[in-house]
Amino acid sequence: MPTSSKKEKMIEGVIPESKAHELLYKMVLTRAFEENAEEMYGLGKVHGTMHLSIGEEGVAAGAGPALRKSDYLLNTHRGHGHFLMWGGDLNRMMAEFMGKEAGYCRGRGGSMHIADVESNNLGAQGIVAGNLPISVGVGLSIQMRKTDQVVLTLFGDGAANEGAFHESLNMASIWNLPVIYLCENNQYAMSMAFERAFRVEQISERASAYGIKGLTVDGNDVVAVYKAVSEAAEQARKGAGPTLIEAITYRWKGHSKSDRQLYRTREEVKKWMEKDPIKRFAAKLDVDEAGLKEIEKKAKEEIRKAVEFAESSPEPDVNTILEGIYA
Amino acid sequence: MRELSYMEALREAMRQAMQKDDRVFLIGEDVGVYGGAFGVSAGLLDEFGPKRIIDTPISEAGIAGACIGAAVTGMRPIGEMQFSDFVVIAMEQLVMQGAKMRFMFGGKAEVPFVMRLAGGSGTGAAAQHSESLENWFVHVPGLKVVMPSSPYDAKGLLLAAIEDNNPIMFFENKVLYKTKGPVPEEMYTIPIGQSHVVREGKDLTVVATSVMVSRAQEAAEQLSQEGIELEIIDPRTLKPLDEKPIVESVIKTGKALIVHEAVKTGGFGGELAAVIMESEAFGYLDAPVKRLAGLDMPIPYNRNLEYHAVPQVENIVEETRKLVKGQY
Repeated sequence: MPTSSKKEKMIEGVIPESKAHELLYKMVLTRAFEENAEEMYGLGKVHGTMHLSIGEEGVAAGAGPALRKSDYLLNTHRGHGHFLMWGGDLNRMMAEFMGKEAGYCRGRGGSMHIADVESNNLGAQGIVAGNLPISVGVGLSIQMRKTDQVVLTLFGDGAANEGAFHESLNMASIWNLPVIYLCENNQYAMSMAFERAFRVEQISERASAYGIKGLTVDGNDVVAVYKAVSEAAEQARKGAGPTLIEAITYRWKGHSKSDRQLYRTREEVKKWMEKDPIKRFAAKLDVDEAGLKEIEKKAKEEIRKAVEFAESSPEPDVNTILEGIYA
Repeated sequence: MRELSYMEALREAMRQAMQKDDRVFLIGEDVGVYGGAFGVSAGLLDEFGPKRIIDTPISEAGIAGACIGAAVTGMRPIGEMQFSDFVVIAMEQLVMQGAKMRFMFGGKAEVPFVMRLAGGSGTGAAAQHSESLENWFVHVPGLKVVMPSSPYDAKGLLLAAIEDNNPIMFFENKVLYKTKGPVPEEMYTIPIGQSHVVREGKDLTVVATSVMVSRAQEAAEQLSQEGIELEIIDPRTLKPLDEKPIVESVIKTGKALIVHEAVKTGGFGGELAAVIMESEAFGYLDAPVKRLAGLDMPIPYNRNLEYHAVPQVENIVEETRKLVKGQY
């Protein structure tokens, strides 16, 4: 019997069940990717830095999947999850992470600059708030080409205190650009705590300064993020302009490899680990502990194969070192 | 041939490019009804409307980001920095984003935009509105740097820049805006990366940029009466630099004087001097390569001080005489 003939169950009325299971798998895969990344770094198999999003997978699972393939993504430096959710191929992603020619950016970008322009994935970002002004241009381009695309611009709480944040939100709001500003508030800009860096209670309050809609959602709740991004996209496609969404979440690991985490307590981290977005989403899908173990096993196997692929891929040829600078 | 001012030539280039290609648009502060702070875009709003001649808030990083984002998604933006000095607020976008995007993404992105910047002193605008910052960008792989010195070059180079698939910093000069010269009516391009021998001569090679080209020409007329013949070369594009005509000229004359408005220390003159000395021209030099450039100081407000802060015709004449006489 064709599946279309029976109505698929919707998780909390918005995410089709089969899609939800796929998202859960990708959340687990993201975590497995990052745990493996950390391990490889420890073994000296990777030489660059990386930014782990462990504990924040709920935002990525709810954001990209709420949009269409034709939409645009401007990612952050902590964007492995978003990259996978946008449809990134694990092998090519792993190859990029390991600096190989088969990687998305031929090993030139690494984790911090991974992009796939072909799928409208306009890249991860090494400069805090660096992607915010760019989203103005993408929005203008969409408006000029008269398509119904939107651009999802991701950034952290730290970026909301950069001047570029103001310039970007103001321009997008005065021109009604189809931009979804999604702030992943993971409580720390490196070591600077949210409470120390903001006078406002919520970053989304700043939306009122631009006359646009702002809302704060639980970033560890996939469905809440999915709903907020879907609604923002619908508004943007209608020409109603940008939305500022703040997703509250927490970074379990340090900022990067140099972080000794002197700015927070173990108790605080533990408290947030109890709000694990993966476990919470699994519960919504009635996936029990044993079921989750099965999924993890599958993800780890896929990671193992990707590492194998990346390790057997050739290094970039030094004779090509100057390629790709100019068109 | 019909004569146009440098400013009119730039405007005509933008108009023709926008007529030909729907993807081209202009974005910047006061470029619409005001016509741009110097009037370069006057009248374009009436012809193309506010969707293609876009007035922005005072947001230089936003303007640069708008160009980058639109370019990477298929448009061909022209951005304007009202005074080139203001580009410092957009440095992150231009240097960290626009310039590097293609390379970081493994050569798989194209970022075709032109950032027009009004540079230079001589208008009494003082230290924050008179700088010549072109060499900052020469130092950034991924960017091209263009600097037209005449109305003819202004039109041909701007049209070439708009057609180019890379981010281009296009340095205009405020003092040149009203200068006139012959400009063909039809569309034409001058290749990016092609030096121009502006004047032929046997005694000394002057490599000059932007407003210094016409000052060198004036100096050459005076010196010619003394029997000294200058060869003047305008690189026109600082990056990529077409070295060959410069090297060949120095081989011929044996002497080189580099003239630019930007401050001497860390300026493009140092790069040009190195290019000459690393080339086969080195063995033909019969005098040190000399630089005549802006004094190492911010541009002063006072008219007389401002005049003396950057090279003038008489300075070029004097430096040339010294070099030719072996007084260095």
